[in-house]
Amino acid sequence: MGKYAARRMLQLIPVFFGATLLIFAMVYLIPGDPVRALFGERQVSQETLDAIRDRYNLNDPFLVQYGKYMGVIPDGEEGLSGVFQGDFGEDFRGRAVWDIMKQRFPVTIRLTVVAIIVQSVIGITAGVLAGIRRNSFMDNLVLVSTTAIVAIPLFVMEFGAQLGFGLELGWFPIAGLRQGWFSYVLPSIMLAIISLAYVARLTRTSIVENIRADYVRTAKAKGMSSQRVVGRHVLRNSLIPVVTFIGVDFGALLGGAIVTETIFNLPGVGRAVFEAVNQREGAVVVGIITVLVIIFLLANLLVDLFYGVLDPRIRYE
Amino acid sequence: MSSEPGTQAPQPADTGDVSAGAATGGGELREAGLWKDAWRQLRRNPLFLASSFTIAVFGLMAAFPRLFLWFYPGNSSPRSCSLSNSVGRPSATAWFGFDLQGCDYYTQVVYGAKVSMIVGIATVIVAGSIAVVFGSLAGYYGGNIDTLISRITDIWFGIPLILGAIVFLNAIGERGLFQVTLVLVAFSWMTMLRLMRSATIEKRDADFVDAARALGASTSRIIIKHILPNAIAPVIVYGTIFVGIVISVEATLSFLGVGLQLPAITWGLMINSSFRRILQVPHLLIFPGVFLSIVVLAFIVMGDALRDALDPRLR
Amino acid sequence: MTADDTSTPDWEQSLDEEVGLDPGAEHLLDVRDLHVEFPTDYGVVNAVNGLSYTLDRGETLAILGESGSGKSVSALAVMGIIDKPGRIPKGEVYLQGVDLLQLPERQLRDIRGERIAMIFQDALTALNPVYSVGWQIAEMYRKHRGTDKKEAFAKAAELMDRVRIPSAKRRIDEYPHQFSGGMRQRVMIAMALALDPDVLIADEPTTALDVTVQAQVMRLLSDLQDETGMGMILITHDLGVVAEVCDNVNVMYAGRVMERAKIHDLYAEPAHPYTLGLMRSIPRADQKGRPLDPIRGQPPNLAAIPSGCEFHPRCNFAEDKCTVEEPPLYRVDEHRRSACHFWEEVLRVGQRQDH
Repeated sequence: MGKYAARRMLQLIPVFFGATLLIFAMVYLIPGDPVRALFGERQVSQETLDAIRDRYNLNDPFLVQYGKYMGVIPDGEEGLSGVFQGDFGEDFRGRAVWDIMKQRFPVTIRLTVVAIIVQSVIGITAGVLAGIRRNSFMDNLVLVSTTAIVAIPLFVMEFGAQLGFGLELGWFPIAGLRQGWFSYVLPSIMLAIISLAYVARLTRTSIVENIRADYVRTAKAKGMSSQRVVGRHVLRNSLIPVVTFIGVDFGALLGGAIVTETIFNLPGVGRAVFEAVNQREGAVVVGIITVLVIIFLLANLLVDLFYGVLDPRIRYE
Repeated sequence: MSSEPGTQAPQPADTGDVSAGAATGGGELREAGLWKDAWRQLRRNPLFLASSFTIAVFGLMAAFPRLFLWFYPGNSSPRSCSLSNSVGRPSATAWFGFDLQGCDYYTQVVYGAKVSMIVGIATVIVAGSIAVVFGSLAGYYGGNIDTLISRITDIWFGIPLILGAIVFLNAIGERGLFQVTLVLVAFSWMTMLRLMRSATIEKRDADFVDAARALGASTSRIIIKHILPNAIAPVIVYGTIFVGIVISVEATLSFLGVGLQLPAITWGLMINSSFRRILQVPHLLIFPGVFLSIVVLAFIVMGDALRDALDPRLR
Repeated sequence: MTADDTSTPDWEQSLDEEVGLDPGAEHLLDVRDLHVEFPTDYGVVNAVNGLSYTLDRGETLAILGESGSGKSVSALAVMGIIDKPGRIPKGEVYLQGVDLLQLPERQLRDIRGERIAMIFQDALTALNPVYSVGWQIAEMYRKHRGTDKKEAFAKAAELMDRVRIPSAKRRIDEYPHQFSGGMRQRVMIAMALALDPDVLIADEPTTALDVTVQAQVMRLLSDLQDETGMGMILITHDLGVVAEVCDNVNVMYAGRVMERAKIHDLYAEPAHPYTLGLMRSIPRADQKGRPLDPIRGQPPNLAAIPSGCEFHPRCNFAEDKCTVEEPPLYRVDEHRRSACHFWEEVLRVGQRQDH
């Protein structure tokens, strides 16, 4: 297991640098004046442009720029100051992007953690119930409802929930964080709902495949109860692809957080990105997304390790 | 169990395996069988027929919006709006009401189909082609080519679709159909490539491929004629479902303000522009939202039907 | 480890009393007129059609047949683990005088593993890939007898030692994929024997193994049987395996017994055309140069079994009678039965051929 974990972490390093380089390249290497692009349609003076050009080291070769941004190449008198040192640059108003993130991230973390719990617990339960009795009422209910959920775009569903559960029924706060943890309930469920549908379907398929496996027959021949056959033998095998999915899907969850925070007016990083996009605060967008990508990669590492726990065949590959 | 009871065919009984004869056919034969069987099953699948019909209707709506407007009693021109009608409720002469600018919402919604359909289908075709070409190369040749392609894929996978699209599109000034499609392609080829690669690896060493190789078929012929038709099914299934997802993502990006820009007519933008007042005028959400959901649903259902037909194991 | 062997009889006794098993019953296992059917889209598949046999303590009974003859399905039916939608419309399975098919699932579950155990063909797929072999063996003790985890693992290690897995203590935490085919099958055997069952059903236990390993595993099974005195049912399509270890043979075709015989008699002079066909279709060292003579035609479609004798469409001895009248199991001699109207003629042909 130790070797497996070490190998996974080593594999993460090139992906990490590759992915951040890619983000960096997208913003600073696209055709046209990158500094102008940062500002979009805003009017800016030549001095500002020059100052920005200087601050972002745009006169350096591209890779040097990247190295300075990440904080692996010293930047003049400032020394090493980049992502690794917690320096993500500043927005146009002179606020450190890092401070914005420090303020905003707790909200997003709460939102996504609750969402992951919701999608795992409800999704896996629904998938198991559907899978152990194929073509039953429960199975068809799960199939139909998950198809419908996947088909409706998240922001449409969230507006619907806001209108229905918030405005019409009054069960949940419509927006904002004024009611403490309770304010997170509806947004978290909505953020989780599409992944929940995928998790349920994947669990179902996986259960259906595994329940016919030879080792299930063996467990029955050993005199194990059907709860134990499903709960210990089938489930553990069936969860392997589900866990992988939850890891890969974490990126979609972060994307969804941007939408969810915008609609439910939650002051997390997602809404910060949305606002930054509208105000053309390039540094904020890049900074936050870089951190989100890092979180995504770490989440995937975690899932990989858990995957190794679940499936010994992977561990000893 | 299709053989007749007690068939008197003069065959050696020691194989005891009725399918032995059928399993050793050539690649093209197998492929024809797979697709023909799939088609026979699809033709009878009501979900497949319903989703094809729906997609065809929206295809027509995208190509010829006037087909859906010539009988319409309201204002059938998408650009002639009058602020005096702003947020008017649905009525007999304006089926879906009016938006904030006072444009006829039915007309707007009909014209909105174009962007969704083009972006969705174009993205998947381009990304799918990239995935098929490089996925089959990586899978067939293995070695350094595979390592290179797989590592690049891993890196790209490190950037989730919506996040990547936001950064990229935010940096681009002008965002039209072409730019949005390009960015979506840039972040959506990876899954299909992986599918193609593993399917190619699976088929690469199959007996019918060995047979073709032994008969002296060229590498390109082996890949195109023998492996591709047998390995592409998962990509087609995923691609079909993915059209729906891309349409959903495009709408989300428009909604977030990094997709197409006004004056383009898209369902996402329509919802975005009434975003702040959606609680007061829910019809501005409902109509584009429902159209959007139906299109996405149609592609997902069609993909599911294709999978059922092409992968009998999952039935 | 403290002496814990004394606990075993208690368990057996309580199960005997609860279920009403009678150790003095005439036969250990007595299967009567067993039927198993599977409804499918193409009609009802009759996998087993009136199978009857008995098994005594210490006996090794072979059930021999081609794939699709219903031999494995009948074993699953005896275990009571036929997958839905399969069902048993008719028949009795007496274990020490108690009809298992009438028992509630709870009691059946206690009997499975404890009294009747089963090992399967491909140990790689039949063992759960995500649990260590020790865990899977220990599960028997933990769930059937409530043994605590540490003790159960210790017993599992002993058992692995007993089935001659080298350095068992060290390998107990390894996973099925880390074992070779033969060792994996030993793990299966260890698991099946954990609770000292009275009946062991071995479904093609060596088919997936190399020839040399096959012999070792069969030897192990037969040694273990000598030690424990259990009755063993060996399901196989391999005449060679049968000859090595079995006492009696049931030859199955289309879900029914065609011939029952002592192993020697079956080889020397088959009393059923199907058995005769089987004997002629295997290459024999003493008959070099003679062309093999496979049985003509195809195995029967179990959804539409031929009328009369199931084998008549492929039979060289068939006459009109065979198409309408299903032959009973005729008594050939004390140990021998044949489901053929013309068994006497078959016997004569078989004898002539051998000279």
